[in-house]
Amino acid sequence: MLGLHHPGHSPLHRSPAGVKLLTLLAVSTVVFFLEDLRILAGGLLLAGSLYAVAGIPWRTAVRQSTAVVPVTLLFMAAQWVLVSWHAAAAIGLRIAVVVLLANLVTLTTPTSDMITAVERALGPLRRFGLRPERVGLAIALTIRFVPVIAEQARLVRQAQRARGVRFSLAFLTPLLVRTLRMADGLGEALDARGWESSAQ
Amino acid sequence: MRSKDLAQIALFAALMVVLGFIPAVELPLAPAPLTSQTVGVLLAGSILGARRGGLALLLFDLLVVVGLPVLPGGRGGLGVILGPTGGFILAWPVAAFVVGLLTERLWHRYNLGTALACNAVGTLTIYAIGIPWSAVVAHLPAWRAIEVSAVYVPGDIIKLIICSVVAVRVRRAYPLIEART
Repeated sequence: MLGLHHPGHSPLHRSPAGVKLLTLLAVSTVVFFLEDLRILAGGLLLAGSLYAVAGIPWRTAVRQSTAVVPVTLLFMAAQWVLVSWHAAAAIGLRIAVVVLLANLVTLTTPTSDMITAVERALGPLRRFGLRPERVGLAIALTIRFVPVIAEQARLVRQAQRARGVRFSLAFLTPLLVRTLRMADGLGEALDARGWESSAQ
Repeated sequence: MRSKDLAQIALFAALMVVLGFIPAVELPLAPAPLTSQTVGVLLAGSILGARRGGLALLLFDLLVVVGLPVLPGGRGGLGVILGPTGGFILAWPVAAFVVGLLTERLWHRYNLGTALACNAVGTLTIYAIGIPWSAVVAHLPAWRAIEVSAVYVPGDIIKLIICSVVAVRVRRAYPLIEART
């Protein structure tokens, strides 16, 4: 499945998705309460060395993490002005550590393993009528629908252009009605194939 | 849940992915890029109602969490959720649910006016969760976080007008919500 996963065979790649997710949750909670810059810098160093352990090329690591840089700098600037440079540095380090570690989990875990871990985590919700195994089907349907919507959008645009409409808000309405009809047809097809009963 | 509901939920999650392809405008001083994906959030609630709309966005958030690059600019993964703008993304399912709930209540009197009201509450829900989240993650005072987020207001007003017009039209052409009183 297409994802942000970076394949590899390191110990980080081999440890189970659930363990990695729980560790991440625990570590990011602790990091949140840390104030000491030396400990935070140590955490950053540790996170960086874990990337080396996982064998993630630095380019991939940087590409994954640059998205949060502008907003982090903005928050650091605000902290500097409002509180102190110490607070600004702490914020910057804290966000850097958490984001680097979270991205490391994403990079070392195949999307399918993540889905399995999520299905397992949703297990307790079974008693509220949620069936975790349907989550997998829902994800598969979503990925299938993406090119369908894109294609329908192209067709609607084409039809409107043929009638001399250049751009119109009316574009979204036919697109939604068309694709909703298709979704309903697909739901009926699922029922017709007895999917409902086989998933019990 | 019927298979039809499942397909509709997946459709709106997919619509979110498609809206993410539209290049986001990076504002120099805003915490998150200006994205057309909020259109998908409001439409999911307005067209599918509370339960299906909320689940569609929950499904989309799940795609983000498991590491698919479905946010604007091909972003995704846990880093975005745990970062300063994660609250906005986590607010989407709640906002779709709220819009859906209001839409169901007002279904018999649904017109452009009521649609605008429903979607405005939905937009405020996103702010109400997203802004405190970034304030907490970045240890920022609330008023400063509100100031930073003010840049979104004009865009959000345009988006909620678009959604309301479309929601009223889709209701006429292909109604899917059952009224709730």
